[in-house]
Amino acid sequence: MGNENKPMKLAYYPGCTLKNQATNFDVSTVSSMAKLDVEVEELDRWNCCGTVHALDSDNVMNRVAPITNMIRVKEAQARTEGMASEFMTGCAMCYNTLKRANIDVKSRSDALETINNFLSLEKTKYEGDVEVLHLLEYLRDRVGFDNLAKKVTKPLKGLRVACYYGCLLLRPKEVAFDDVENPTIMENLIRALGATPVEFSHKAECCGAHLTVGKPEVIADRTDKIMGSAHEERADLVVVSCPLCAFNLDFRQDDAKRLNPDFHNMPVLYFTQLMALAFGCDKPALRFDLQHIDPLPVLKARGLD
Amino acid sequence: MDTTLRITSARDGSSFVASIEKISGQKLLACYQCGKCSAGCPMAAHMDVLPNQMIRMAQLGMQKQLLATRSIWMCVSCLTCNSRCPKGIKIAEVFEALRRTALRAGQRDDHLKIMELTPEARSVLPPIATISAMRKLTS
Repeated sequence: MGNENKPMKLAYYPGCTLKNQATNFDVSTVSSMAKLDVEVEELDRWNCCGTVHALDSDNVMNRVAPITNMIRVKEAQARTEGMASEFMTGCAMCYNTLKRANIDVKSRSDALETINNFLSLEKTKYEGDVEVLHLLEYLRDRVGFDNLAKKVTKPLKGLRVACYYGCLLLRPKEVAFDDVENPTIMENLIRALGATPVEFSHKAECCGAHLTVGKPEVIADRTDKIMGSAHEERADLVVVSCPLCAFNLDFRQDDAKRLNPDFHNMPVLYFTQLMALAFGCDKPALRFDLQHIDPLPVLKARGLD
Repeated sequence: MDTTLRITSARDGSSFVASIEKISGQKLLACYQCGKCSAGCPMAAHMDVLPNQMIRMAQLGMQKQLLATRSIWMCVSCLTCNSRCPKGIKIAEVFEALRRTALRAGQRDDHLKIMELTPEARSVLPPIATISAMRKLTS
């Protein structure tokens, strides 16, 4: 875990939804990292990543927003002692979009030049010299799950957790930090927190993403199938790393119930909320009140409230 | 019988095929119709034309039929097809190229009218949902 006495400093990109509906993801991330002696510093003047990586090969415009954030990281690094040229985000969608734009401009100097021209008023030029990290890979590779387990004061004993990966942590494989078809990183984290990970068939199946805006009936079907497969394996709750998955799987459960009367409501949490709970963080770091399906009954039943 | 069958590479839709190949960066003729993309597609149940059929139609330059499908608006770029294609074709990129073609050209065929949602429906949506939907479904 780096230097013994000095806490590590890590640039942090929260993303738009963590500052709106998903503040539970934001506060639980910052609080958990503090318990792990990692000093998280939110980037100054970060901007929206654009949420999706444009797949049309001639689209440079949609790379401008993500790359602007790389410049903010360089600025933060220049004025902060002990900060590396890298940053962390917990949002799977931000991670994917930022990482892909970064990979793209690193391999295409013409695109990078075009983007730097767009950003000519910036004092700092981007040269492909920033690394994008997801919180999960930071926890596994830098902190280590063994070290993380030592910080657990309230083991989540008996809690059956279904880890839902969705799409953007795993695909495409250039951005994946785990096996594309059968990832285990979240299960290993959950195990370190003392809980029991539950295998289920739909852990890497798409939730329907942005169709939630115009076609909630499609999301109802996806949510029914995904949550249903977790319920079949007797999970207590589902954890996610993406605020869009969280919205679809949690808030669209009412629609799923209308579609399928046998649908079983189940709480959906961010993995960071379980970390904060296991690290003994206080209520303001958990914000379970922002969940649509209340997780307290399930946690109470396991003696974890 | 004096019917002459002429085999030629020139087709009506060939400029459309070239354009889709260019925007997507994919070689459409690499597809040999194994169907793996459709088998794993989580949105296939909501599509009118399956992903492997879409690729076949794209090879044949069926512009009008392709741009009229429900499928191009149902694909959410989860990339499951891409990661499983034995020929390395990025099917999701082909879908993106088709969506962009519909959105960039002609009538700028937006498939989301955000102001037509009820205020209640809008108020619960997180920014991650509205921004991604507008990026994918509007010009």
